[in-house]
Amino acid sequence: MSDMDSDRRQFIGRSSALVAGLTLAPGMMLYDLAHGRPVGEPASSKVRWGMLIDTTKCESGCDECVKACNKENGLPGGTGPTDEQWIRKVQLTDLKTGKKTSLPMMCQHCAEPPCVDVCPTGASFKRVDGIVLVDRHLCIGCRYCMMACPYKARSFVHEPLHDQKPDVPRGKGTVESCTLCVQRVDRGETTACAEACEKAGHKAILFGDLNDPDSEISKRIRQVASIRLRDDLGLDTGLHYEGL
Amino acid sequence: MDTLVRKQKELRNFYLLVVFGLMVAMTGMGAAHYMEEHGHIVTGMNNQVVWGMPHVFAIFMIVAASGVLNIASIGSVFGKKPYKARGPLSGLLSIALLAGGLTVLMLDLGRPERVIVAATHINTTSVFGWNVFLYSGLFSLVAVYLWTMLEARMNPWTKPVGLLVFAWRITLTTGTGLIFAFLVARQAYGTAMLPPMFIVMSFSWGLAVLYIVQAAMYGWNRMSLNPHVLRRFRNLLGLFILSVAYLVAVYHMTNLYFARNSAFEHFILIEGGIYPLLFWGGYFFLGTLIPLVLIYSPNLGKHCHVLLASLLVVVGSFCFLYVFIIGGQAFPLSIFPGYEVSSTFGDGQIAYYSPSLPEILLGCGGLGVAFLITTVGVRIFEMLPHDEAAAE
Ligand code: SF4
Repeated sequence: MSDMDSDRRQFIGRSSALVAGLTLAPGMMLYDLAHGRPVGEPASSKVRWGMLIDTTKCESGCDECVKACNKENGLPGGTGPTDEQWIRKVQLTDLKTGKKTSLPMMCQHCAEPPCVDVCPTGASFKRVDGIVLVDRHLCIGCRYCMMACPYKARSFVHEPLHDQKPDVPRGKGTVESCTLCVQRVDRGETTACAEACEKAGHKAILFGDLNDPDSEISKRIRQVASIRLRDDLGLDTGLHYEGL
Repeated sequence: MDTLVRKQKELRNFYLLVVFGLMVAMTGMGAAHYMEEHGHIVTGMNNQVVWGMPHVFAIFMIVAASGVLNIASIGSVFGKKPYKARGPLSGLLSIALLAGGLTVLMLDLGRPERVIVAATHINTTSVFGWNVFLYSGLFSLVAVYLWTMLEARMNPWTKPVGLLVFAWRITLTTGTGLIFAFLVARQAYGTAMLPPMFIVMSFSWGLAVLYIVQAAMYGWNRMSLNPHVLRRFRNLLGLFILSVAYLVAVYHMTNLYFARNSAFEHFILIEGGIYPLLFWGGYFFLGTLIPLVLIYSPNLGKHCHVLLASLLVVVGSFCFLYVFIIGGQAFPLSIFPGYEVSSTFGDGQIAYYSPSLPEILLGCGGLGVAFLITTVGVRIFEMLPHDEAAAE
């Protein structure tokens, strides 16, 4: 794809997201915009960011969310065993009924994250607004968090990096994972994957504040049946899945 | 004159050993440097198998470092003479193995230059964090322990310090077991069985290492082991091998019992290719069965048999750790029970791992460090166990 093309796509994407945001999901978007916080102001513990993924709307051949994540975060997008994948598409077949499901899988942003518990240096940490991150200056690259994560959400940077994005710093020899597009969220925007999914017309990913009873996501979680992956572990994840 | 020639020859051989140890250690450092330059892409490790060969070497050395102190403990805490005579050697080996193991663990980090961060930013909820504290504590404690054993006027302190070291190292091996026991989401780990299993393994592996080193020292000095002492060591090693086998059996049986883990057991014990092969052929046959035969057969059980048994215990321990650490990660996590799963990130698939030369060399480098410390330590201090008076 040419640069022109991608610029144009980005422009269309942004404007359509804005229009969609104002018209289709006003509760969610307006709320988020109102939460864009000035530089220097700490994240608020009043919010808990999360996602509701509607697997019935997720299309099996589609990987727009993955592409958008790679683009937003400057990931090369390889799918080899040593490549970083912050978000991946998982295909499921029910062993009893044969029913097929497709869903995006990423860091589940647990309220009780095992990666944070096991990290020897405190590099793995949870922000007060529920986003689980790695401080790449503190990470020593021991990979214990990768061993501890029940969702295999983390990747290790196996090779020297080039062309990093200024607002998504990364580091060779450290561990990384989905940041819930923290740079966008702090600007009051939604995540790249949710935006791309919406743009592709699926609207399978709903991002928002789980603590606000009036947010779109909270309302929907109250209305529909959703589950959290490996809920038996009691990690209180920020990601909910519908239709599983 | 004769003794002078012999002394000179001995010195030359000593230097040869030192050079050998240095070369192995330096090769390991070179490999680590190469890994750091290019990133872990030059190892066999990947995003599914995140701990590989270096961890097999490192965990062997760290576990054995704790167990090798058993001999010193029995000597100083329970006052048994043949063990007392080996107290200093057991302390030295512990320091050497710990240094070797930690070197490998540290150099395998994605950011080895940040090791100081690990020492200054300790997360108190992390077992890894506790272990940083436990390992450095053991170093200092064993150094003091050695001092109380080697310096006559400090001897009265041997017993209390020995007790402290005993408690410390049991905690340390528990900590090593907990590194895995806390991984609740993985079928291979996440069980309270692991700390006791690691403790008993440490006894067995530590004793095997001590026996091998002792045999080398006796061979060097053209001495032979007192038969009484041989019998004690043989019986102790046999007992430890049996205890490990028992705990390993219980570990797998309980896993088999839990329906959610039976697929994993099936993989590790039967279908998983290299893993069942190493488990049955390496750990069970070479590392357990043959040593038991060598120890308990009426016509065997001589020094050379016990030495061979010790060597096989070490071989078996590496096989066990390979299966435990790497096989445990190769089996996919169960995130969606009841579904067949696939993705670009290895979900639902057995992960592939093949160790690369640099990571094996790094592991050997750690053994080189341990070898070097032992060789030099044995030369500087009076470490050779004398049993003439101690036999009974
Ligand atoms: S790899 Fe980094 S973030 Fe993960 S546990 Fe180790 S130090 Fe913490």
